[in-house]
Amino acid sequence: MVSHFEQFLAMGGYAKYVWSAYGLGVIVIIGNGIYTARIKRDAIAKLKRRYRT
Amino acid sequence: MWTFFYKMSSGRSFYQLSGRFIPFFALASMLLFAYGLVGGLWLAPPDFQQGDAFRIIYIHVPSAFLSLMIFSVMTFCAVLSLVWRIKMADLILQVSCPLGAWFTALALATGSIWGKPMWGTYWVWDARLTSELILLFIYFGVIVLSHTIPEERTAAKASAILTLVGFVDIPIIHFSVNWWNTLHQGDTLKIFSKSTIAPSMLHPLLAMIGAFAFFYGWMCLSRARSLCLLKDKRARWVEELVKSW
Amino acid sequence: MSRFTLAAGALCQRELLLLWRHKTNVLQPLIFYLIVMTLFPLALGHSAKLLARIAPGVAWVAALLSMLLSLENLFAKDHQDGSLEILLLSPQPLPALVLVKIFTHWLVTGLPIVLLTPLMALLMGMPDVSWHYLMLGLLLGTPSLSLVGAIGSALTVGLSSSGVLIALLMLPLYIPVLIFGSGLVVTAAAGLPVAGILAILGALLCLCIALAPLACGFALRVACQ
Repeated sequence: MVSHFEQFLAMGGYAKYVWSAYGLGVIVIIGNGIYTARIKRDAIAKLKRRYRT
Repeated sequence: MWTFFYKMSSGRSFYQLSGRFIPFFALASMLLFAYGLVGGLWLAPPDFQQGDAFRIIYIHVPSAFLSLMIFSVMTFCAVLSLVWRIKMADLILQVSCPLGAWFTALALATGSIWGKPMWGTYWVWDARLTSELILLFIYFGVIVLSHTIPEERTAAKASAILTLVGFVDIPIIHFSVNWWNTLHQGDTLKIFSKSTIAPSMLHPLLAMIGAFAFFYGWMCLSRARSLCLLKDKRARWVEELVKSW
Repeated sequence: MSRFTLAAGALCQRELLLLWRHKTNVLQPLIFYLIVMTLFPLALGHSAKLLARIAPGVAWVAALLSMLLSLENLFAKDHQDGSLEILLLSPQPLPALVLVKIFTHWLVTGLPIVLLTPLMALLMGMPDVSWHYLMLGLLLGTPSLSLVGAIGSALTVGLSSSGVLIALLMLPLYIPVLIFGSGLVVTAAAGLPVAGILAILGALLCLCIALAPLACGFALRVACQ
């Protein structure tokens, strides 16, 4: 099982390329997700401040 | 159909309707991501020519697809905004643009990572890569323009016009780059030499394209909702909504 | 004469008079074009073979940049002194008036660049065939550059320091003209038929004449709301 997993990680010798491409994909997806959440949080905070005063 | 678009010019109905879509988009995107990643990284057999390096396709093609799809969405919104003055179209255009630029950049980056083991170099002046790079520049232009004009409505209209101009120009640019590429015939590089793709490779690819598209829909609607609240901050429904949280 | 011809004539006259009164503004892009052309041999070495090979590309890039440089003033001055609003209020169709304005602008920026080609050919040691086609290409291509650039100028009217912004917005859209313009010279120098490329450059020009004034007019109305 371990060797299976290692084989999977090695990607037939192309590990560097495959995993860096997937890494970039994950960064873009997660980063945009986090940024969307931040936009929402900031908007709500701004509106709450506005209506409180 | 038209009543739907007219309804969308009101912030409130846009907010409510998009709220119903978001969970569906999120769920669909997560499920498709799960299937696409497992199918693409684990289940699909290595390509007989490229070995495991072909697995980059599952990131590269969906992001390249999105880069064009998002620009089409933006163009559609630009028409809605300029011709029928539907305010929510401005919001969608505004939030789509950075997302489009990100996916275009991702397509370029993964493409050049893929190019290294296949072509031996990170960048070739291939027609498709070059067109994609120019598309990224056009995205930058729209983003910069919408951020430079201080007045909000003018900024929205100006970026809508630029989007339309860009949309007319993109096919011409693609055609000219293609022609240029054949004129300056360099080393012939073919990455898709085979015409057919096995179903076990194709299905995860389609799933990933779907996952990326739903992810874009999710992000786009969610950001547009936040901007919509800020835009309608003087309206009563926003005040009641925010106070109820 | 119809009212439109009168209006167009008056506008044309006014534009040319203004440009004549600000001669240095008109000369700046031209001098810039000459200087850029001078920089390339200084940077790349003056081997005659190399220069003749890169000359068409260099001429196109320099022409493109100097046209961009002159675009900043196309609508900005009129916007400042209010005459742009008068243009917008005119009963004549705005795209047609904009087209007249762009045409006069091209007369003083694009046309001189075209006419300078023989001088460039001399400096860069271009063969005869090359510079003939370079000149023809510039003649067909520079009006498209003016027309497309005018959209950028109209979109950024009213913004201070719009020069770099126009370049950023418009350079990607200039690429087809650049590719076919310099491609024309390369093809002609290789002795291949060029009718197709000339047709494409002409088609691009027609497309620009048809669509760019509309987009410009729209952008100006948005900017002056």
